[in-house]
Amino acid sequence: MTDERVRQMSLTNRLLTRPEFGAFLALVVVWVFFAIVAFDNNFVSWVTTAAILNRAAPLGILAVAVALLMIAGEFDLSIGSIVGFAGMAIMLLITPAEAGGFGLPVWVAVLIALMITLLTGFFNGVLVMATRLPSFIITLGSLFIFRGLAVAIPRLMTNRTQLGGFEDYDSGGWAAAFATKIEVGGARFDIAIIWWIVIAAIATVVLLKTHIGNWIFGTGGDANAARNVGVPVAKLKIALFMVTALAAFTVALIQATQLNSADSLRGTLKEFEAIIAVVVGGTLLTGGYGSVLGPVFGALIFAMVQQGIIITGVDGDWFRVFVGGILVLAVIFNNFIRQRASKR
Amino acid sequence: MSDKILEIQGVSKFFGSVIALQNVSMFVRPGEVTCLLGDNGAGKSTLIKTLAGVHKPSEGKYFFEGNETLFESPREALNAGIATVYQDLAMIPLMSIWRNFFLGSEPLKAGPIFDVENAKRITREEMAKMGIDIRDPDQPVGTLSGGERQSVAIARAVYFGAKVLILDEPTAALGVKQAGVVLRYIVEARNRGIGVIFITHNPHHAYPVGDHFVILKRGQILGDYAKEEVPIDHLIQMMAGGADLEQLQHELAEATGRS
Repeated sequence: MTDERVRQMSLTNRLLTRPEFGAFLALVVVWVFFAIVAFDNNFVSWVTTAAILNRAAPLGILAVAVALLMIAGEFDLSIGSIVGFAGMAIMLLITPAEAGGFGLPVWVAVLIALMITLLTGFFNGVLVMATRLPSFIITLGSLFIFRGLAVAIPRLMTNRTQLGGFEDYDSGGWAAAFATKIEVGGARFDIAIIWWIVIAAIATVVLLKTHIGNWIFGTGGDANAARNVGVPVAKLKIALFMVTALAAFTVALIQATQLNSADSLRGTLKEFEAIIAVVVGGTLLTGGYGSVLGPVFGALIFAMVQQGIIITGVDGDWFRVFVGGILVLAVIFNNFIRQRASKR
Repeated sequence: MSDKILEIQGVSKFFGSVIALQNVSMFVRPGEVTCLLGDNGAGKSTLIKTLAGVHKPSEGKYFFEGNETLFESPREALNAGIATVYQDLAMIPLMSIWRNFFLGSEPLKAGPIFDVENAKRITREEMAKMGIDIRDPDQPVGTLSGGERQSVAIARAVYFGAKVLILDEPTAALGVKQAGVVLRYIVEARNRGIGVIFITHNPHHAYPVGDHFVILKRGQILGDYAKEEVPIDHLIQMMAGGADLEQLQHELAEATGRS
């Protein structure tokens, strides 16, 4: 159908109005920058690419879930703590009774830890909906609560905050599923990358192609308006808090199998890294607008900057300054692009 | 004339010591526009909310399709076929027209998969049926004009089977041309057999589309007039309170005479 009032927008302009396009451009710019600056340090290679992707995958898994939650208009600052909490839950359930654990078979332990972790998300969601307080405040509280529990409970039971030996109890299935390395071009790629791609693909379909996705956009755009037309806003938000907890659990499982252990402090600051990846990916902080692909690019940018700085050999002390600076620039750039595009 | 689809009899609404509505009776028939006219503070908002199921009347009876009814929530009223389009709308500016149109009632194909192609097609068709030709259903609602947004909200209510359409000041914030678009839409909805309750404080918008006019003043019904029995001047007079208006005219005449 044609209409004389619809201008044929140029391809670039149509791309520019997509939430993830700014992040995609930023990704290209960052890559080219390091490809030039760090060319002699072997930035353009299979090994570096694998290092970037391996670094990006766990963050990317978190960012995908956080993106859905943020598009629906809520924050989850406790996701990093839940990573540590979930990892300790798994290992504590596996650790034999004589060492202070529960000595359960691995698959039972993983299943129970999954249930407990989903409950943490449920707890966040119900608390946010029941108190009507900003999720920023509630999950800031649970950031401390779950981190505290991840330290206190294992210490109480086993007198340790690091629990190792996953592979001693695993018959090999879990490690194969979450810790396998795939060799390409002499570099070792984590199987977590595939999990990341699968999770991102599912999230994209849910967001763009199902009624749930429509509810997510509507709830983030105007929760009252959405409620008025029959969207179950509270249930949806609670479910999304549980999805972020599920993502944290997945990352905890990947780490437990890859590193063969759990540590109470794992996942520290991941909540902020995930939010940064989501916002760099073009999602509005206030909700109602965004994509899954954007945060995927956001996580890649984050990992690329980290890896780029490491191999360039810049003093590690400056790493956070660079990361912060480049990320702020990416957001400014992104907003600039979006505003220009929507005005035309 | 067909039967009244929605009617209230002797409805009063009290908020503590405040009498917001007193002994209000009104009705609408299918295929008819009942205009509810009242100045600011006349009790229009309370009456709308009572009709829409937000408030329960303190006294009086509510009939829908001939049966006495008491809606527990706006959702219940909506399910029964009473759709209310509020002035501030229930539209989400960042979302596209088609996503807004079907929010909360998405057509599905194969499990949870949203039937996007159909949603876009229906959105365009429904708007076209109402005489509005939208350019691009992918456009965010935020880029539409006020009148167009009202039109989408009305078209949505009509498509989802509204039998009664309650419109809260749909023309209040609009320019002349935009208001015209919405008025045409109201007539279109009426022609499709919907009972329309059109709330406004502007008699010039009410008169061309209304079949009968209910005048609300200080929480009470001043009168219910069929179009044939009341000329527009008379309507304006009654709305503002004839004496007050004459007084105002005198004062204005004096003021302009002096300057």
